[in-house]
Amino acid sequence: MRPENSVAAPYLLEIKNLKKHFPIEKGFIISRVIGHVKAVDDVSFFIRPGETLGLVGESGCGKTTTGRLIMRAYDSTSGEIWFDDCRMGRVNVAGLEKKQLRQIRMNMQLIFQDPYSSLNPRMTLLQIVGEPLLVNGVARGSELQDRVAELLRVVGLRPEYMVRYPHAFSGGQRQRIGVARALALHPQLVVCDEPVSALDVSVQAQTLNLLQDLQKDFNLTYLFISHDLSVVEHISDRVVVMYVGKLVEHARTEELFYNPKHPYTEALLSAVPKPDPRLRTAPIVLQGDVADPAHPPSGCYFHPRCRFCIERCKMEAPQLREIAPEHYVSCHRADELTLAGVTKLAATAPAP
Amino acid sequence: MTNQPKIPVDEEAKIEEKIAVATPATMMWWKFRKHKAAVISTVFLVFMYLLAIFCEFVSPSVPDATSARYMSAPPSTIRLVDVEGKWHAPFVYLTEMSRDPVTRRAIYTENTEVRYPIKLFSTGPAYKFWGLWETDIHLFGLGVADEEQRVMLLGADRVGRDMLTMTVYGARISLSIGLIGVALSLGMGIVIGGISGFYGGAIDNFIQRVIEFIRSIPHIPLWMALSAALPLEWPVLKVYFAISMILSLTGWTSMARTVRGRFLAMREEDFILSARLTGSSEGRIILVHMVPSFLSYIIAILTLAVPYMILSETSLSFIGLGLRAPAVSWGVLLAEAQNVRSIALTPWVFWPAVAVISTVLAFNFLGDGLRDAADPYAR
Repeated sequence: MRPENSVAAPYLLEIKNLKKHFPIEKGFIISRVIGHVKAVDDVSFFIRPGETLGLVGESGCGKTTTGRLIMRAYDSTSGEIWFDDCRMGRVNVAGLEKKQLRQIRMNMQLIFQDPYSSLNPRMTLLQIVGEPLLVNGVARGSELQDRVAELLRVVGLRPEYMVRYPHAFSGGQRQRIGVARALALHPQLVVCDEPVSALDVSVQAQTLNLLQDLQKDFNLTYLFISHDLSVVEHISDRVVVMYVGKLVEHARTEELFYNPKHPYTEALLSAVPKPDPRLRTAPIVLQGDVADPAHPPSGCYFHPRCRFCIERCKMEAPQLREIAPEHYVSCHRADELTLAGVTKLAATAPAP
Repeated sequence: MTNQPKIPVDEEAKIEEKIAVATPATMMWWKFRKHKAAVISTVFLVFMYLLAIFCEFVSPSVPDATSARYMSAPPSTIRLVDVEGKWHAPFVYLTEMSRDPVTRRAIYTENTEVRYPIKLFSTGPAYKFWGLWETDIHLFGLGVADEEQRVMLLGADRVGRDMLTMTVYGARISLSIGLIGVALSLGMGIVIGGISGFYGGAIDNFIQRVIEFIRSIPHIPLWMALSAALPLEWPVLKVYFAISMILSLTGWTSMARTVRGRFLAMREEDFILSARLTGSSEGRIILVHMVPSFLSYIIAILTLAVPYMILSETSLSFIGLGLRAPAVSWGVLLAEAQNVRSIALTPWVFWPAVAVISTVLAFNFLGDGLRDAADPYAR
């Protein structure tokens, strides 16, 4: 039940200036902090109800940390996480007490990357998928069995599998179990943390289609974390690109793919493999390595690898600004540069 | 036409179904079964512990049955065929002792005139079974007075005691001290290691430094100092418990480290985070998710710690600082055997060493098998 006085917020989730700095400790017996790893550094974005936001970047750029901060698996260093809960209304997840957090977590769930380590191997599917229902006092006994059977059917597994253990299933099936577990409480928001990157390409498409079908059926909102641009392009309404803990670009999917405004996005896009050899262009190979988040470069974190770098980029960190409607970018030269995007979006869904 | 026979397909599906619903315990058993050495060791250890539990009954004599007639007597020869070539049930000939006129050494010869058949469940020296009721029934014996003739499968020691009896009685103390010592270490290890791993931070740091300190003290001198402090007038049982406590004083450290390590590794597991995010309480996470996951490891490590305890007791007793006669343990027996004369003339008094070595090896194999089976889900 929504409280009477609150207005329906346009955003289901709104992140404002989210930061997570992990301290680096050193010393024997008495340790002292000698620095910070800025895993997530001043990230802001929003998700509307029912849509899918893709979150892309290289490994180690803070995508997973961002997802886990939203779930409050870690406490953020600073920033706000506004979530429009269907019962409690708009709340800042970052500041919630334990008891309220438990309530909120019933409405946001996480799908893990590795379907092997995210399921307790010593539990049957009934126990795994039923755990959220059981611990939150939603169902027990034969009702629990019925609910789990229904959930298994929804994700395309046979209800008889309930008595089986995860070791009897393949990676793709295990990921379906993970999805069933995440859906058990009918959450509003599902944070999908690279849900298909551990799977074979042939199963990736099936899993993606399942996620899309479920989104329609259950009116879900996804935060879809991935390093695979073609997957993100296929599933997302809008895309956020991160680099070394910073948000570099945020736009609608077509806008970002056709008309990137940040040189890093351009480089990422040029590296996406294209199925048609006639469309292939030489990828932009970035020089150097990804910056160390414990010792980031001065100014724009991307400047040592950027082919458009000027003096200003080395001195001054760019702010995120809206250069076109709903197109946010943090680059000093976003207005003057003409960058190449993709020429054609994958029009059809990957074959099931 | 390649017509697949129908039955094998059904069988296959059945096997698959069996695997799919196999509980963790079943999976572990399947994996353990594959480790042949561990399975054999298990059988051997069960046998040894049965010997230790029923030692009064199993042994043909009692530990305090000294005899001047059998001083350092060699193992009795069990015969099936007599001198005339006739077959009998197992028997021994009458043993006669004479002395070498030059060296005065005892010489044992067989008198083929008199046969003593070996009887099962025969009478022998009286004892109190488990200290509860008096009886004189032994598993096997000759059923005649001790001084007349004895059967000694492993020979006799310096004062004429049956080595088989001594070794089997020694098993009771040596094998149980391992278990008691490990139980004490486990208690301390789980509590301290658990605190260290669960809370982390400064507490963890402090506990780890203490453990490092304890482990850096050389063990033998520490044990020597502690056991030298035990009053000499203490009864055997009290000394026994004191010794097992001294042993676990250092033994708990490795246990604590392992428990801490498992806790730390477990905290990072995705399925633990998943349980937390779905709203499971801390208690549920520890009891339902963490403990079952590392219980099998603890059991494996426990098994590997038992031989360490047995060896420690043996070495302490051997250097004369552990248990002392009249207690009978393998270490005590070996301490009595430690002289050149024994090696040269009566090698059979080293049977307790064989018992120590085979038990320790068996525990190591068993622990190995358990460790392999502890995580049947490892990919």
